[in-house]
Parts: sequence; C-alpha cells; structure tokens
Amino acid sequence: MAADRALLERELAGLDALAAALPTKKSLGRRTWDAVWPPAAAAALFLAFWQIVVYTHWRPETVLPSPFTVLDSLKGNLGTLTQASGRTLLRGAKGFAVSIVIGTIVGLAAASSKIVRTAIGSMVTGLQTMPSVAWTPLAIVLFQAGGGDAAKTESAILFVVVLGAAPSVANGLLDGIDNIPPLLLRAGRSLGARGLVSLRHVIMPAALPTFISGLKQAWAFAWRALMGAELIVFSIGTVSLGQQLEASRQLPDFPGLYADMIAVFLVGVVIDKLIFAKIDKTIRRRYGLIDTATS
Amino acid sequence: MTNLALVPESEGGLPPGRLPVASGSDITVRVAGVSKAYGDSRDAVLALDGIDLAVARGEFVCLLGASGCGKSTLLNLVAGLDRAGLGSVEVHGRTGLMFQEAALFPWLTVHKNVELALRLAGVPKRERNERVLQLLDLVHLSAFATKRPHELSGGMRQRVALARTLAQQADVLLMDEPFGALDAMTRDLLHEELERLWLERHFTVLFVTHNVREAVRLGDRVVLLTSRPGRVADTYPIDITRPRRIDSPDVATLAATITDRLREEVARHGR
Repeated sequence: MAADRALLERELAGLDALAAALPTKKSLGRRTWDAVWPPAAAAALFLAFWQIVVYTHWRPETVLPSPFTVLDSLKGNLGTLTQASGRTLLRGAKGFAVSIVIGTIVGLAAASSKIVRTAIGSMVTGLQTMPSVAWTPLAIVLFQAGGGDAAKTESAILFVVVLGAAPSVANGLLDGIDNIPPLLLRAGRSLGARGLVSLRHVIMPAALPTFISGLKQAWAFAWRALMGAELIVFSIGTVSLGQQLEASRQLPDFPGLYADMIAVFLVGVVIDKLIFAKIDKTIRRRYGLIDTATS
Repeated sequence: MTNLALVPESEGGLPPGRLPVASGSDITVRVAGVSKAYGDSRDAVLALDGIDLAVARGEFVCLLGASGCGKSTLLNLVAGLDRAGLGSVEVHGRTGLMFQEAALFPWLTVHKNVELALRLAGVPKRERNERVLQLLDLVHLSAFATKRPHELSGGMRQRVALARTLAQQADVLLMDEPFGALDAMTRDLLHEELERLWLERHFTVLFVTHNVREAVRLGDRVVLLTSRPGRVADTYPIDITRPRRIDSPDVATLAATITDRLREEVARHGR
C-alpha cells in the first residue's frame, strides 16, 4: 500500500509536470521595441503626408502650416500647454472619480433589482448615446457659469463630464454582472457565499474584466465631454486645453491651434495606453482571458 | 465491505479508525419520497419521482443513470441549493459540492481559492494558512500554490476543487460527474486519489456519474436511476475488494450486468 502511494504520487507529479505551460516570455527590450515601432512608423508617415499636403498649397500656409512650424510652436508653448493639460486632467480625474461612484451605485442597484433595472435600464443606455456636449448650455444655466467665475465653471464642467461618463460605468458593471458564468455563482453559493459576502468575494471580482472595459469607455466619454465643455465654458485667469484651443483660434495663432490639437490627442492616447490598456491587459492575463503565449 | 461506515468525531478531529456500522443505524443523508418538477403546472417536467435513498455515514454511493434521470437535481436538493416539491431531504452534517468543471475562481491563486473556502466556512485568519498548506499537500499540489487556475491542467484544477471542498470540512461530498471531462489516465489517477482520501478522512460520498465502470470502481453501492422521471430502478452492493482497478475483470463483469440493465431502461424511451 505504501509503495502504491509512492507510485501514485510519482504518477500525479509526472502528469502535472507534463501539463505545466512552457515559458514563452520575450525580453523586456524586445517587447518595448515591438510596442513602439508600429505607432512611431505610423506617426512618421502621417507627418510626411502632412508635409506633402503643405507642399501642394492646397490651403495657404497661414492656415495650414508645415509640421515643423507646428512643432516649433509646440516647443514654445510647452509651459502653457503643460499647465493647461494639468488643469484639464485634474477636471477629468475629478469627473471620472465621481462618475465611478455614481455609475457603480446605479449599476449595482440595477443588477440587484429587476424593478430598478426596468425603470432606469433604457434611460442609462439613452444617456450613453446622448452627445454630452449637448448638456453644456443647460449646465451653464443651472450653475450660472456664464460670467467666468471659477467655482461655477468647475461645477458646470463636472456636471457635463459626469453625465458623459457615469452611464458607461453603470453599463459596464451591469454587463459584467450579467455575464458571470452561472457555475461560478453556484460554486460561490455552495461555499456559503451569500448577500454582501457574495458581492465582495464572487460577484465583483467576477465582473471586474468587463467593468474595466466599461471604465475605459467611460474615460473616453469623459475626455470628449470635457473638451466640449471647456470650449464653451471658461473661467477668467485659468488655462485649460479646451480654452487654449478657442484662444488660439481667436488670437489668431494657427500653428498654436495645431499644437493644441496635438496636445489634446497626445494626452488622450497616453492616458488610454499607459493606464487603461495596461490595467485591462493585466487583469485579463490574470484571469486567463488572453493567451499568454501570444501576448 | 459494503457498509463499512464511519463515525467522525467532533469537527476537525479525525476518528481513530473505521468502525463497521450496520446499514440504517447511522444515516447521514436520508431522501424520502422526494419528487421534483420543473416548469409551470401545465407542461411541467417531472425530474424526480418518489426517490428514497439512505446513505450511511462514511459510505461511498454512486448514482448512475442516463441523461434526464435527475442526478444533478437530486444532488442540488441534498446540497440545499434547491427545494424538493414533495418529500423530505435530511442531511446530518455539512455538505460540499463538486462539479464537472472545477469552477475555481479565476482571479485567485490556487492558495487563495482554498483559503477563501476556509474563510467562508468561518475558519479564523491565523489558522488558515497552515490549513491551506495541509490541504494542498493532501492533493499533491503544494508546488502549484501560487499558480492561477488557467495555468493548470483540468485534472489539477479538479484536485484544487477537491481541496476546496475538503476545506469546508464537509461530512458529505456531493460530486456531480467530477471527472467526466478528464482524459482516461488522469481520471484513473484521480479515482485512486479520491479513494485514498476517502479511506483516510472517512467522509461520506454521493457520486453522480453516467460511467458504469467508474461507478463500480468507486462505490460501496451503485444506485441505478431511471430517466424522465428519475426513480430508483435498482441498487447494487459492490463487494469487490479495495483497492480496485477500473480494468479488473471483477469490475468489468459487474459493470456489464449494470450496463445491460441501464440499456433496457434507456430503450424504454425509444418506443
């Protein structure tokens, strides 16, 4: 019997060793290069195309300057643009945080009660399809933000951002909860997880990957809402990216306008790639939702 | 050897040895006249019809049947995840449920999966780590404690699930075709593993399968169920000495007899 036991253990260990995945990880340098060169090549191609269009004199150089003029302007305005991006990002972060809180509460309420879900489910989806910049005039009226007062401006912008982003948060959470494999819920119940314990240990973690996708989408909506609102609502004595765009147009400083656009684009890409894409990938890999051999 | 049942002492402590108990004197699971229908009253489907079943403490009972015999329904009733329409289900002790899929939580490591079961069972934090290590050792997976479920093979996942079920200190293991999705070699090894743990730890097992040989290989008793509605068709005590092999002639002979009976039962539905 003891010999049988030792044999069984060896056999099991043998099967386990054969089943273990082979390591296929690439080096850090290789992975960085693989991640960097395609977008860098795309950017270079775009700049070349831009320069060619400038050479054709399709538009006078005053309104369509060459990329080099724009890059000079970008360098010259770097201080202002950094400051403006900082303020805009701070607004975005605040609005996003409030959206997460509100969206999570609404999502959980809809997931846990059929009545709440029927009552507000389609409204949430409706809000999601509404262009958030359309809320801006109403926000100005509600918060009396027409006069350039800083606090009123902040409130109006926050209002627009939250209306833009919170529905995506709620929908992401709801989708995540709806798509939990029933077997996991059953396993949780058979382990004795009920009510809040189940929410904490089973439901929320199981819904997390889809919830993160919802957050990623919510940030994209927040960023758009923010730009729209900043173009329209300003406060005196502050700089923000949206305000900077409008100021460059009115001055007029056209190379500056292009530089502002590049800043808006870059900030959006950097946040998406460095924060959301990273979190999304980490979570998916941890959950075994992507094939680690190919990524 | 059929009714070599066991009496576990207080929770956590292992009994000193296996004590023979006459059938019926120490019943862990008693299912009496249980019926269960699904759907509305008009076009309801009767899944179980008047099931009577008594499982002695420490007994290994295999429930065998074709599709639609309500095996899984019966396990859910015993697990308390569902309610019987008619009749009564009595369980003395804690139940632990295992499925065909391991149903591990993909966001937790092997260690954390087992630990969560302990936590939900109310085991205090300071005791948990040691208990997890013991349980993983028991299923020979100590080396894989930090892996996540998707990094393991199906058989390894099922062993983690077994450790997780044992973590609940279940007196009765309810197993719903737990090895049905595994390759034959892994399944044979897990049969040995399960038998060894059962001999050491003296829990009661209610094991659902549609594989006749598996039932004969493992059970003290095989209960054959009819399909749609599920009724107890026959009961076969298995007196073959343990440890058994799934490919031994004794197992094959008895399995053939039971298979014939099962086929007869399935053929009834062809008319």
